[in-house]
Amino acid sequence: MPDAQKGDLVQIHQIILEPDQRPANLPSSTRSVPYECWIKGFLIDDRADLGNIVRIETLIGREISGTLCQVNPTYDHNFGTPQKELLSIGNEAGRQLEKA
Amino acid sequence: MDNGYAGTMSRKNEILKNATGIDYERFKISPISFDYERLMNSCNYSFEDAVQILQEAGVGQTPLVELKNITKLIRSVSPSGKGARIFVKDEAANPSGSFKDRRAALSIYHAHTLGYKGVVAASSGNYGAAVTSQAAKRGLKTIILQEAYDSRKVGQPEILEKTRACEAYGAEVWQLSVGPELFYIMLRVLEETEFFSASLYVPTSLLGIETLGYELAKQTFQQVGRFPDMVVITHAGGGNVTGTARGLMRAGSSDTSVVGVSVDLQGLHMAGDSDFNRKSFTTGHTGFGIPFLTWPDRTDVPRNCARGLRYLDRYVLISQGEVFYTTELLARLEGMERGPAGNTSLAGAVALAREMDKDQVLVVQETEYTAAGKLPSSQLSFAKENGVEVRRGHPADNIPGKVIIIPEGIHQFERQELDLDKIRKSYLKKAMEMTKPYEPTQEDFQFLAEDCKSSIDYVLGVTKSLNVK
Repeated sequence: MPDAQKGDLVQIHQIILEPDQRPANLPSSTRSVPYECWIKGFLIDDRADLGNIVRIETLIGREISGTLCQVNPTYDHNFGTPQKELLSIGNEAGRQLEKA
Repeated sequence: MDNGYAGTMSRKNEILKNATGIDYERFKISPISFDYERLMNSCNYSFEDAVQILQEAGVGQTPLVELKNITKLIRSVSPSGKGARIFVKDEAANPSGSFKDRRAALSIYHAHTLGYKGVVAASSGNYGAAVTSQAAKRGLKTIILQEAYDSRKVGQPEILEKTRACEAYGAEVWQLSVGPELFYIMLRVLEETEFFSASLYVPTSLLGIETLGYELAKQTFQQVGRFPDMVVITHAGGGNVTGTARGLMRAGSSDTSVVGVSVDLQGLHMAGDSDFNRKSFTTGHTGFGIPFLTWPDRTDVPRNCARGLRYLDRYVLISQGEVFYTTELLARLEGMERGPAGNTSLAGAVALAREMDKDQVLVVQETEYTAAGKLPSSQLSFAKENGVEVRRGHPADNIPGKVIIIPEGIHQFERQELDLDKIRKSYLKKAMEMTKPYEPTQEDFQFLAEDCKSSIDYVLGVTKSLNVK
């Protein structure tokens, strides 16, 4: 089974500029790494494995190519874990308001 | 065609002229000055047109809500007779959840009218979602360019939420790593697609925001019988301040004090891969706020219509922890759960209201939507994962990028006032340096005086002292 098939939602990766192609006036932590991008779209090729150079059709129908890096990419940002530094603020303020 | 870095950058002016439909040369007076008001009026939409176009798109006419419990809490820690009434304009009620819909609506209408097939915008924040949402309504395609990840492919939850929102509205999103080369990608994409550049800094964008200042002045007058004594505005690139202040003046609310607020992130390097994920706020902070005041013409257009220094009466800073604390207060005492970044101005207002008289009225001019990634618990979880210490304490111990202090109570809230006079001087110094060896004329001094809200005598005094050095 290939990792992805035609029509699957995938994410591709491109290196846009290598470190030595980046402007000289950048902070060193930025200048020492490549300038990269990630774009999502539907796989145009019949089949592909992670790491293959593939073509995708983006959400607005443009064709772009890059290295296949994820299949069915997930949004994994979340609500976070409860923060003890915040949990008591509401009740503290509520008590203060009652006294006011 | 050479679409490499140098080749593309060398065609910058031509690409932007095609992509904005604006020939900035028409407004140029000299290397220093340009006709600001003529540029602002060049988009051929009257204020009334703007109101109608926004209304058609479901944008604006948001509620103005009095925050009675927060006001009461503030009065309980203020000297007798102090503690202004606080109102908030609930901009989260706009279609994509922020005031940025106002900023996008007219530009997208304009792009559609001019016959562009699509739009491009650079934004890691609410503006991307606003552009895509408005473009969806007008049947235009959208490409959003986001500075999203550091070199480990780690992104702040707030930015990842914006990626999701833009894709939900149908955008092709480019998630880019840290670096100013985003501008190069923007030019490349504009050239490739011949789409419209939905820049944040063009006249249509600013006219859209004017409706916000106008509405809030009228609503305040209707609700309390007077114009606001103070309007508090989150400040980053200057658009929010500029548009709101112009709208206030249009409504006749010209004695209102216009106060900008930014989150204090001084000391962090905004273009630094290693600092990128050491901040919890992606905009509304000093990394934009200060440089955009001292030199507004650092954007994707030759002359920026967002010129905060023209309109600000005061500029204050607040810490990240104070904003998170205020976000909790707004949810728990007022029943409004909103995104933290949009509460930057509210946190500033908590500190400012304590200094004002009880019968005065302070209006906070925005809120923003909240979601996974855009709330204190996710942003503080992320901060801790990235080595930032979080603890309760006194906001004065806050260190950007290292320690986030969640205050023990609002009695500790303290705004740090930035000296606008110092900012004016660096603006004037920059204007002189950038245009050397050009000798400014009387007309230039007049422009500079207006551009930094001062007088010709002031400008002459400062520039003279610069020459002596």
